[in-house]
Amino acid sequence: MSPVLTDLTAAEIRRRVASREASCEELIRAHLDRLAAVEPAIGALLVTLEDRALDRARAQDRALAAGAEAGPLAGVPVVVKDLLNITGLATTCGSRILEGYRPPFTATAVARLEDAGAIVIGKANMDEFAMGSSTERSGFRPTRNPWDPTRVPGGSSGGSAAAVAAHMAPMALGSDTGGSIRQPAAFCGVVGLKPSYGRVSRYGLVAFASSLDQVGPLARTVDDIARVATVLCGQDPRDSTSAALDVPDFAAAVAREPEGLRIGVPWAVLEGVETETLARFREALGSLEAAGASVVEVELPHLPHAVATYYIVATAEASSNLARYDGVRYGHRAPGIIDLEEMYGRTRDEGFGPEVKRRVILGTFVLSSGYYDAYYLRAQKVRTLIRRDFERAFESCDAVATPTTPTAAFRMGEKTADPLQMYLEDIFTVPANLAGIPGLSLPCGLAGGLPVGLQLLGRPFDEETLLHCGAVFQRVTRHHELTPPEPSSTGQQA
Amino acid sequence: MARVTAETVDHVARLAHLSLTEEERETFARQLDQILQYVESIQSLDTADVPPMSHALATGGFRPDVPGKSLEPERALDEAPDPAEGLFRVPRIIGG
Repeated sequence: MSPVLTDLTAAEIRRRVASREASCEELIRAHLDRLAAVEPAIGALLVTLEDRALDRARAQDRALAAGAEAGPLAGVPVVVKDLLNITGLATTCGSRILEGYRPPFTATAVARLEDAGAIVIGKANMDEFAMGSSTERSGFRPTRNPWDPTRVPGGSSGGSAAAVAAHMAPMALGSDTGGSIRQPAAFCGVVGLKPSYGRVSRYGLVAFASSLDQVGPLARTVDDIARVATVLCGQDPRDSTSAALDVPDFAAAVAREPEGLRIGVPWAVLEGVETETLARFREALGSLEAAGASVVEVELPHLPHAVATYYIVATAEASSNLARYDGVRYGHRAPGIIDLEEMYGRTRDEGFGPEVKRRVILGTFVLSSGYYDAYYLRAQKVRTLIRRDFERAFESCDAVATPTTPTAAFRMGEKTADPLQMYLEDIFTVPANLAGIPGLSLPCGLAGGLPVGLQLLGRPFDEETLLHCGAVFQRVTRHHELTPPEPSSTGQQA
Repeated sequence: MARVTAETVDHVARLAHLSLTEEERETFARQLDQILQYVESIQSLDTADVPPMSHALATGGFRPDVPGKSLEPERALDEAPDPAEGLFRVPRIIGG
């Protein structure tokens, strides 16, 4: 066992595999050992794919020995959020209603990673159907924040973020409908990218809100995010909303110098941010300025309406998407019922947890006769206003910066009794999904001993500028090198 | 503005095919009322000439309409809770 292998970036792992300094099997074993040691205290995964991962590692080692070229992610262990399908392996989406479901097809996002040589070592815990900001809404169990086991890792991609923070894998896949990659990345002190809507195929991603959902990566460095994004992005004939645009070499973007980069800050909407979190944000802006970027003020006048708009649009789409869980074609069916309507109702009552039911009811309500115009249609119009806010802001800057969240990770149980308080957590992340623009969260230091994030938002399909800016930030700061305390010595802060 | 009562929740739950317990009805009515009060803020905005946005952007376009392979019926039935004779079996719908 070589514990040091689990501190390597994906880029370094790939380099060692390509140069035959390390075998895929050795690397996968090291990460599986690490996982076995720290997972009991964190609970990031719903399943560990030990045999499958080792089989694939050995197969890749044989291919490399026979002269095959190493893929861009050769030998890189990866954790996949449990709402991306892999043929024949259980996909639960964190829900009891899908317990035991084994999809007959693989998500394009996972297939692209595996084709590039990445090796899936486990499937990550999440809030049920990606509805939540804490991973406490998993239908199976909560995940703990590696920095403090009494706190949430964020959500809904909390398992993915915790696994990367705890060095179980150097990278993970998540999904982001209203912040579900960026917020847990911030809470766990890792990097998370929500690509532009249409950048990554949604084929094989279990749908929550189809006009907002996007698959994206989490890792410990911007350089690794750029490498995996280059593999992940691109049009897919199986997803008609995937964009017919060329994918740039993001790794080239991260090498550029920051000259001329303009960062826009919407100071007027940052009032409610907790003091220390705001202090870290100001320092982060200072670091970017010192590196050659300029900071200007921008206005996003409709941002205060983003959470309201989001919770109407997202729940409306969810109520429609989740109609498919009816106990007929797959998943759970309530047993012993002779009436069809009752079978539907009981199946869904038994299978869905409280947050999913709440959102299905809210979504059905805002779409129902008599309320559609006042809620759903109006929210769609406000969505246009929010998108226009960003278009205007990007006339005077290349990226908009905010803290990723108003506070650092909250305590487990702190917000579960009050759904609205949990929703307000998403104030800085939901606007990107409504507008369809890319967002990147970067570790920018500790507030009260816990990681907080700097969020950068970009023009549609301009992930390059975000990665460029993020790479500059990581060249001039060392926040991304901070690691959580080892689970055996919990209570101590690093 | 709309006020949510346990009856509203009943109506919506029927539309959504959700059987709820008495406790869930009460809790959801209270919480939904609170959430709707919060989202009421968007009513104050002037949206008269604003077009609704249903999607961020669709640049994918259409692919050629070429026949291809789809999931084999046996595979499609693999995950069904109650398959029978190549079909999905459900409780009786008409009569009984």
